[in-house]
Amino acid sequence: MDNIIEEVTASDYKYGFVTQVETETIARGLNEEVVRMISAKKNEPEWLLDFRLQAYRHWQTMKMPHWAQLDIPEINYQDIVYYAAPKQKEQKNWDDVDPELKATFDKLGIPLNEQMALSGVAVDAVMDSVSVKTTFKDTLAERGIIFCSFSEAVQHHPDLVRKYLGTVVPYRDNYFAALNSAVFSDGSFVYIPKGVRCPMELSTYFRINARNTGQFERTLIVAEDDAYVSYLEGCTAPQRDENQLHAAIVEIIIEKNAEVKYSTVQNWYPGDKEGKGGIYNFVTKRGLCRGENSKLIWAQVETGSAITWKYPSTILKGDGSVSEFYSVAVTNNYQQADTGTKMIHIGNNTRSRIVSKGISAGHSSNSYRGKVKVARNARNARNFSQCDSLLLGDKCGAHTFPYLEIENPTAQVEHEATTSKIGEDQIFYCNQRGISTEDAVGLIIKGYAGDVLNKMPMEFAVEAQKLLQISLEGSVG
Amino acid sequence: MLKIKNLHASVEGKEILKGVNLEINPGEVHAIMGPNGAGKSTLSSVLTGRERFEVTAGEIEFNGKNLLELPAEDRAREGIFMSFQYPVEIPGVSTVNFLKTAVNEIRKYHGLPSYPAADFLKMIREKMDLVGIDNKLLNRSLNEGFSGGEKKKNEIFQMAVLEPRLAILDETDSGLDIDALRIVANGVNKLKKPGNSTIVITHYQRLLDYIVPDVVHVLYDGRIVKTAGKELVGELEAKGYDWIKEEVAECK
Amino acid sequence: MSVLEKINTDFATLFREGYSQLEQGCGAVMNGCRKEAFEKFVQLGGIPQKQEDYLYTDLLPVFNKDYRVVLKYIPQEVDMNETFRCAVTDLVTTPVLTVNGWWFDGNMVSEIPEEVVICSMREACIKYPDLLYKHYNRYAPAARKDGLVALNTAFAQDGIFVYVPDEVVLERPVQVINLLRANADLMGFQRNLVVVGKNARATVLVCDHTLSDHHFLMNNTTEVSLAQGAYLDYYQVQNQHLGASQVNSLFVSQQRKAVFDGNMVTLYGGLIRNNMYVALHEEGGECNLYGMYILDKNQVVDNFSYIDHIAPHCVSHEHFKGVMDDHSLANFSGYIRVRPDAQKTEAYQANNNLLLSEQARVNSKPQLMIDADDVKCSHGASVGQMDEEAMFYLRSRGIGPEEARMMLMFGFAHDIIRHVRLEPLRRKIDDLIDKRLRGELSKCYHCMMQCKKQE
Repeated sequence: MDNIIEEVTASDYKYGFVTQVETETIARGLNEEVVRMISAKKNEPEWLLDFRLQAYRHWQTMKMPHWAQLDIPEINYQDIVYYAAPKQKEQKNWDDVDPELKATFDKLGIPLNEQMALSGVAVDAVMDSVSVKTTFKDTLAERGIIFCSFSEAVQHHPDLVRKYLGTVVPYRDNYFAALNSAVFSDGSFVYIPKGVRCPMELSTYFRINARNTGQFERTLIVAEDDAYVSYLEGCTAPQRDENQLHAAIVEIIIEKNAEVKYSTVQNWYPGDKEGKGGIYNFVTKRGLCRGENSKLIWAQVETGSAITWKYPSTILKGDGSVSEFYSVAVTNNYQQADTGTKMIHIGNNTRSRIVSKGISAGHSSNSYRGKVKVARNARNARNFSQCDSLLLGDKCGAHTFPYLEIENPTAQVEHEATTSKIGEDQIFYCNQRGISTEDAVGLIIKGYAGDVLNKMPMEFAVEAQKLLQISLEGSVG
Repeated sequence: MLKIKNLHASVEGKEILKGVNLEINPGEVHAIMGPNGAGKSTLSSVLTGRERFEVTAGEIEFNGKNLLELPAEDRAREGIFMSFQYPVEIPGVSTVNFLKTAVNEIRKYHGLPSYPAADFLKMIREKMDLVGIDNKLLNRSLNEGFSGGEKKKNEIFQMAVLEPRLAILDETDSGLDIDALRIVANGVNKLKKPGNSTIVITHYQRLLDYIVPDVVHVLYDGRIVKTAGKELVGELEAKGYDWIKEEVAECK
Repeated sequence: MSVLEKINTDFATLFREGYSQLEQGCGAVMNGCRKEAFEKFVQLGGIPQKQEDYLYTDLLPVFNKDYRVVLKYIPQEVDMNETFRCAVTDLVTTPVLTVNGWWFDGNMVSEIPEEVVICSMREACIKYPDLLYKHYNRYAPAARKDGLVALNTAFAQDGIFVYVPDEVVLERPVQVINLLRANADLMGFQRNLVVVGKNARATVLVCDHTLSDHHFLMNNTTEVSLAQGAYLDYYQVQNQHLGASQVNSLFVSQQRKAVFDGNMVTLYGGLIRNNMYVALHEEGGECNLYGMYILDKNQVVDNFSYIDHIAPHCVSHEHFKGVMDDHSLANFSGYIRVRPDAQKTEAYQANNNLLLSEQARVNSKPQLMIDADDVKCSHGASVGQMDEEAMFYLRSRGIGPEEARMMLMFGFAHDIIRHVRLEPLRRKIDDLIDKRLRGELSKCYHCMMQCKKQE
């Protein structure tokens, strides 16, 4: 049994290649000049530069947080390149995109040619600090939907960006949020006007390529009254021996009766089997259910990164608003993850649901950390949390740290957590039905994560499932 | 004894009972049958005063009193007893303590002093023998960890102790095997006193083989659509409910 | 200077200036730990403030008062009738009293097996130095991050020592009655040690009471050592007044097949912090820890537990339940830690809370830290109200809403109290809880005068 798990859990990262493309980078290090330079390169308006500078100055007063169940090596913030962009001609049409970049995204399974693209999915492809291409922009524009890179939004929709930027995650929020607010590069901007249901999945694909760079993307999603959108983010990075930093911010604003579904397939390079290299993934994601009966669903499959520090959260402000969080987090080898969610109930009759499935293998450490807060005036709040951990092997750890903070007597809040391993009797039962042990392990893991995988958009559910297998199954394939 | 006139009731804004009329005289056994979702359990909930159900129109009179004005506990004190379809488990509250409280509160309502402890225990033992339940049950937490059969038996035991004037058996047969069903039904029959009435709510014939009704009603879509003698039970068992649904559709 | 800095500085001054007094009359074992402990207190930042393990409890208001600290033994007059209020019908105990943390010199310990020792810590330091060297301050350092435990080690001078040698069964429960009585606001430190030998068995029942209406702040630490096959049945009933706060730390160390049953019942008090550290050092250990807290007015109760599964094949059960009314605040934080080699561990933890009023609050932090794979661990926490189905069921049997509510609350509490193994004690605690829920407890003699003053 132990051998099988080892086989099953020892597999390779499939996205570790490097794209040979000429890249414009700035010198390592961070200071006010660098912040100004990034802003200038993106030709940003004065107010945005001010925002960055304020954030930078605030960041300098802060200390890196150490409360998570993570062993984070000292990060030298002066040793990181804060801007890297593949050199491109000005793009007028598809043919202007560097063939090397097209090939890269093809190889990642993200064709940028609209004819070849997954039907029903619009993609914004971001490499290092810039967006390479956004597909189906025009089709979406016909319905008034804005889907473009963040930099482009700053140029073409400055009022919208200015109205919402930093309203859900202020730069003072935490150390990495301040850092991101100072040096963020690119990301996606989504605006769904009143009453519009977005007809296709929107997706951003983030790729780190350049050496020694950090990626600091920023995503902003606004859904006006009665709007609907399903958005997916995916990410990979080359295999390198040194660690690279990724500190992103996602802000989501949801108005009355609107619904946003935010899915993530996180597959940053996790480091090698000895724990060398890999991405440090420190992310702040937060949605504000501002309108009545608004709804936000988080679904995430987390398999990558050497260290993950991430708590997609929802502020349930509108009466009757609803949020759900579904997560599968896999850690293997020497990976560390401290991830979970926060549900902050402020409005009346708000509901939240948390389903977290951790899978730990190798020498990894996998923690769920979640907070459910019911504010004093939030009547009839309901929450149910289920946080399970599956341990594959005896060298890994699974931790569960829920925080329940209840200030209203009409609240009903329930948290449950269990820890288990794959039972010999389960394997034997499968064997007896003619299923090999390897397949049985795969099957059981799939069943264990099923509640969450089912919540991924259909187009990506298969992808996500495959990723789980790659991360853990290896020889099972 | 019980007069229901044009009763309308809804739950969470949805109307379930749409004008129920029913009269039960002392000593009678009435069966209320009907397909799933007809409103059978809503009727028993409304009779016993469950607050989630809102009465939007109609009257219920019980021994000359307006039942709808009374809270649940006063209805029980007036002599209405429901055997729950799903008896609730209450950890930490022993069955004996629970019954003592209930009996004494009911006595207080009728201006009677509390039962002297020794007499109470004697009475309890008699009733236990009558229904045929185990002594150990008394000190266990109410319904906690009881099997389906034990829970239903416990309901009948409580009925024996509280001696209601009107007993409502809400799907008491559900989840019982033949043996348990017989024990429960025998208990009910043994407790039957002249002047006391019973409403048996059920899907099936089998309970009515043991507790023979005087009158059978079919409840469908929130109304009583058919009332007849006990022969109706056999007819329903043989033909199902579809023909009644068709009849109703034709009338419309 | 911030309030915290002021408090910490005051302790430093007190420690420096009172050091010679602290040492007087105390044995070398206790005195030998003081300086290091105080250094640790300083190093940890003094009084815990905004630390993870004290996240929801603000200690400053209770520490920021002018307390008198008694650094030497003052003979006390205690009316022995006081102990009768703690009497449990049909249960014969061996009662021993402490007053403000000091062993009461009128204690008469009789009718115990010859080899068993029940005495003051000061006496034990002198008479049984070997036992104390072996056990004193060996288990309390498990609270690595808690300055308050270090503070106790630095200042404590007396308390109760219980020793039950190998193979001895102490039939009669030792009833420790901790009384607080002063004519000014008072801070005290009590240190207890319970050593149960191989296959020995004992029962300890601790009752916390106040006899005067001043503010009290007790910082108590109890260390328990259970040798192979030993069994300790431990009860603590906290029934003080709103001005009496305490930090009460319990450390249990279990060897092979040792069993610890613990029950914490918190009925009344000001700010009460219970720390419960259990270390399962060897295979076959079992720990059952239950707690019930009933709060109203401005009470704050914070239960913190750390069940450390160090060895394989151990079992732990933990269940805490609470009912909160008025402006009260309940915090629960429970760690289950399963170390890498502790395979075949079974650990369960639950915390359930009922909130009765608009202003009552609860914070619950059940935590699992699992580093072994072949284990069965689970935890759960809930906050809610009275079950409406159950309410209806009771009412449909003729029971009025008030009585039904009372029965359900009692049932909610009894779910914990049913674990009390001594039947007379269980009846007594059930009775106390029933009275407490009906608001009668605050009417009894010693509380009445306090509550009038507090309200």
